[in-house]
Amino acid sequence: MCAMQSPRFESTARYIAGEDLAVAVNAAVALERPLLVKGEPGTGKTVLAEEVAGSLGLPLLTWHVKSTTKAQQGLYEYDAVARLRDSQLGVDAVHDIGNYIVKGKMWEAFEKEGGCVLLIDEIDKADIEFPNDLLQELDRMEFFVYETKEVVRAVKRPVVIITSNNEKELPDAFLRRCFFHYIQFPDGATMASIVKAHYPDLHKEVLNEALGMFFGIRSVPNLKKRPSTSELLDWIRLLVIEHVKPGDLEEKAKASSVPPFVGSMVKNEQDMERLAQWVGSRGWQR
Amino acid sequence: MFLELFYGLREYGVSVTLQEYFAFIRAVEMGVAEFDLDKFYYLARASLCSDERHIDRFDRVFAAWIERAQALKDPLVEVDEDWLKSIGGRHFTEEEKRLIEEMGGFAELMKTLQERLKEQEGRHEGGSKWMGTRGTSPFGAYGYNPSGVRVGQDSSRHRRAAKVWDKRSFRDFDDGVEIGTRQMKLALRRLRRFTREGAQDELDLDGTIANTARNAGFLEIAHRPERKNRVKVLLLLDVGGSMDDHVDLVQQLFSAARSEFSQLETFYFHNCVYERVWRGNGIHRTGMTSTDELIRTYGQDYRVVFVGDASMSPYEITESGGSVEHWNEVAGSVWMQKILRRWERAAWINPVPEQNWRYTPSIGLIFRLMNARMMPLTLAGLDAATAELRK
Repeated sequence: MCAMQSPRFESTARYIAGEDLAVAVNAAVALERPLLVKGEPGTGKTVLAEEVAGSLGLPLLTWHVKSTTKAQQGLYEYDAVARLRDSQLGVDAVHDIGNYIVKGKMWEAFEKEGGCVLLIDEIDKADIEFPNDLLQELDRMEFFVYETKEVVRAVKRPVVIITSNNEKELPDAFLRRCFFHYIQFPDGATMASIVKAHYPDLHKEVLNEALGMFFGIRSVPNLKKRPSTSELLDWIRLLVIEHVKPGDLEEKAKASSVPPFVGSMVKNEQDMERLAQWVGSRGWQR
Repeated sequence: MFLELFYGLREYGVSVTLQEYFAFIRAVEMGVAEFDLDKFYYLARASLCSDERHIDRFDRVFAAWIERAQALKDPLVEVDEDWLKSIGGRHFTEEEKRLIEEMGGFAELMKTLQERLKEQEGRHEGGSKWMGTRGTSPFGAYGYNPSGVRVGQDSSRHRRAAKVWDKRSFRDFDDGVEIGTRQMKLALRRLRRFTREGAQDELDLDGTIANTARNAGFLEIAHRPERKNRVKVLLLLDVGGSMDDHVDLVQQLFSAARSEFSQLETFYFHNCVYERVWRGNGIHRTGMTSTDELIRTYGQDYRVVFVGDASMSPYEITESGGSVEHWNEVAGSVWMQKILRRWERAAWINPVPEQNWRYTPSIGLIFRLMNARMMPLTLAGLDAATAELRK
């Protein structure tokens, strides 16, 4: 029964993590297995990696995955074109193929001597085979470079955090190797503490009114994209910049009109229409 | 004792394997859970459940398991005392130690605890909540962990922990329940093929350059198949009559489906497909098309998806003239067979909950006509349907 030595991840001044999330992160760190984080867009999946890196005191490497990203690109790429050009120009470097191997994010992560946090962001964007192609690399934290016949092995296993927006199902073999956490949408109290963490000076009344409206908007049926934490924070920033006073929002609510700067939360004209209709028909009273 | 949880999870369809189980055990050994029931639950969830759709099931299995693990005869009360003391020493505060001394020392405490537990079981019939009712007793003040006694929390601690999984806040994610647009989209998306198919007809510029470079400058051309989203879907929706209850759900399915396919053709029918289907489903049906024409127009590479409750009088399927709306020369079953002969890849999605299917004879009829390719309108059902259509 050894106590954990490494620094533990907890809520920070700017990031409110539930106990469940903290446990998942600490388990992943302790067992050196990847942590898969899912959740509604805008609930702080990507920010999580930054906070984990911050609290563990490790550098953060981010690998943004796009629909065209191949697993190989995270390991290394062989820049054949550069080599072809150099051969035409008669550059000496052409004889060493190693000069044309471009390191990918995973290679970089493996090289960090003190370890690091590697964020593989939005893994579901890539092709369905992408996670499968990384199984071995994530498991053993090593891979083979065919061109130079060398094996790259992690000096210290990086903390791997993988986020997914659920656009694609991830293969079972991949899921088995990860710890899993689903970030649920924060409830009112948690949301209030999240906002307070970002805007400690925000007037309590304004906060309450804003949160009331925010959860009101989220309850509008059939919205295409319901606003989430990041949108709320943007909106509150606007409220702060414009010096919205306590009572201002309530006034709006009484007049059954749409709140100011609503465009930062509702980003679709159909949604806007639905919201206006919803507010018009039943007001803001809950 | 965790094995029971492991097998329980597997039994209830949470796909957990030994690999995850070992990781979980190791994490427990390393003290990630910190002898805290809440954290233990979170750890178990993070390591044993890798799909938010299964978290609700996980919660239920976990609740049942923890209840059993905490019941009297389980190892809880018979834990190794030495071990208990060893971890106890780390976790008791001075004040608590004094309290324990007042109770007559640790051994005495454990004995009283056993008695109290027995007594409570008698009174509460072994329910899971008995712990919290004793807010002022020393045991209420100390939480219980399936692997031992954890000390040093306030009295409401344990009750709150129990609620974490009792809340079942992940119920909406279970794929056995009916679904909203977002999840539907997810399932329908699986219909898309991510593979390239067709002849090698596109010049692969990167490939050509790479090949040429590898060839030390001699040109070598590479081809690759064109990437196309080739899934074509013919959607046949049941409207009107007994279907009205489900119109909302079907519309969701429809709106989710539209963006996903290279070709999506939607037609409506009422109860069963007869000689005509129609495109517009306003107050007046518009765009009447004969089913024969449908069969001529759309190629065999289409996948056919029926959406309907298949709840009607059996005559509407089996008899000519059985339709409630018009005189049909040819029985609905014949039309169904014609359609299914034309398009081999077909599925019927039925919004009626699966457990009620056997009470409606016409559902059985359609089910047999479809060769059992009828799926409920749940995420799991859609998975099965898309898997069927992908064949």
